[in-house]
Amino acid sequence: MLGAAVIVFREVLEAGLIVGIVLAATRGLPDRGAWVGLGIGVGTLGAGVVALFAETISNAFEGAGQELFNASVLGAAVAMLMWHNAWMARHGREMATDMAAVGAAVTAGKRPMTALTVVVGLAVLREGAEVVLFLYGIVAAGTSPWSLFVGGLLGLGAGAAFTILTYYGLLAIPTRYIFTVTTVLIALLAAGMAAQAAQYLYAGGMIETLHRTLWDTSGILPQDGVIGRLLHTLVGYADRPTELQLIVYVATLVAMMALTKLANIRSGTDDGAPTQKAEAPVKTSA
Amino acid sequence: MRSFFLVLAPVLTLSAFSMPSMAVGADEYNLLIRDHRFEPAEIRVPANKRVSIYVTNEDATPEEFDSSALKVEKVIPGKSKGLVRIGPLVPGRYEFIGEFHADTAKGVVIAE
Repeated sequence: MLGAAVIVFREVLEAGLIVGIVLAATRGLPDRGAWVGLGIGVGTLGAGVVALFAETISNAFEGAGQELFNASVLGAAVAMLMWHNAWMARHGREMATDMAAVGAAVTAGKRPMTALTVVVGLAVLREGAEVVLFLYGIVAAGTSPWSLFVGGLLGLGAGAAFTILTYYGLLAIPTRYIFTVTTVLIALLAAGMAAQAAQYLYAGGMIETLHRTLWDTSGILPQDGVIGRLLHTLVGYADRPTELQLIVYVATLVAMMALTKLANIRSGTDDGAPTQKAEAPVKTSA
Repeated sequence: MRSFFLVLAPVLTLSAFSMPSMAVGADEYNLLIRDHRFEPAEIRVPANKRVSIYVTNEDATPEEFDSSALKVEKVIPGKSKGLVRIGPLVPGRYEFIGEFHADTAKGVVIAE
């Protein structure tokens, strides 16, 4: 029972951290609860499907199907996070100055939500598929379904609690800074995911170079420890990073910063409406 | 990253039904999972070389070959075979576990 709880908790936590950041980043956007709920729902369904076809996926591409699949899922999530940050750079300013003004931008508001819904869905899909496979294993091994159920539920509850904690922790940040903080968090999250995707491509044999390990901090902060795992999910911490991982990590950060700068410049020149709104007198509530 | 995904996605979908080719040659090793244990629990591989390990899961339940030292995370479904590529490794010991049965499924790769 405890084994089930620990594994489910670990996977739910990884997806939950991402959900918590997404919720904090979309504070004030209309219908975000429904969008995030949709992401979780579709992701859970997808996890079941992926678990069902685990063997087919695994055997595709001469045994590298699973690595390709994981890299693709991570790559898609990175693209969505980039899109979100670029969008926020264009429209985020008026949100930060006046939360109430956001309601007016309903249609615009839906755009980053679709991107982040996909991110939530992909995170739940990836972590959920492992949970489904693991729980199936326990059922097949003949452990009583009751203790499995309780263990899984415990893990799910603990993971959900941590998600809520992440969310409220981020909300404690003053409104003025929250978009800056979530933008940085999302950039680091994306960089970590991109580095992980690159490592999957290396493991699958699609990339054959830059495999030298740069340093080893597994003695100080092991990646499979509690803090190491948290940092791995949040900012892509690796205790033995390769050249490939570091290069992809830095390149993703640079690309995101460039994209944000670009979006910022464009919002100042060719996108009149939101800028004008930002210039209107602003009443700060709360 | 994005264009990379766009290229991969359809390829992945199309090839989902292709069969694996798993001929064992040089620098290829076999590993069994039986009763949630690895056999052999210790694999000696040459250092500074890319090595392929074919993991056969004889159990009915899935297992995850997991090692942060080897930078590998791979699910091997029940009654099936999976390919794990590792290295090139500097000489040393590299531990791995079966994450779904971490109390019994333990092993080590020794690069020399």
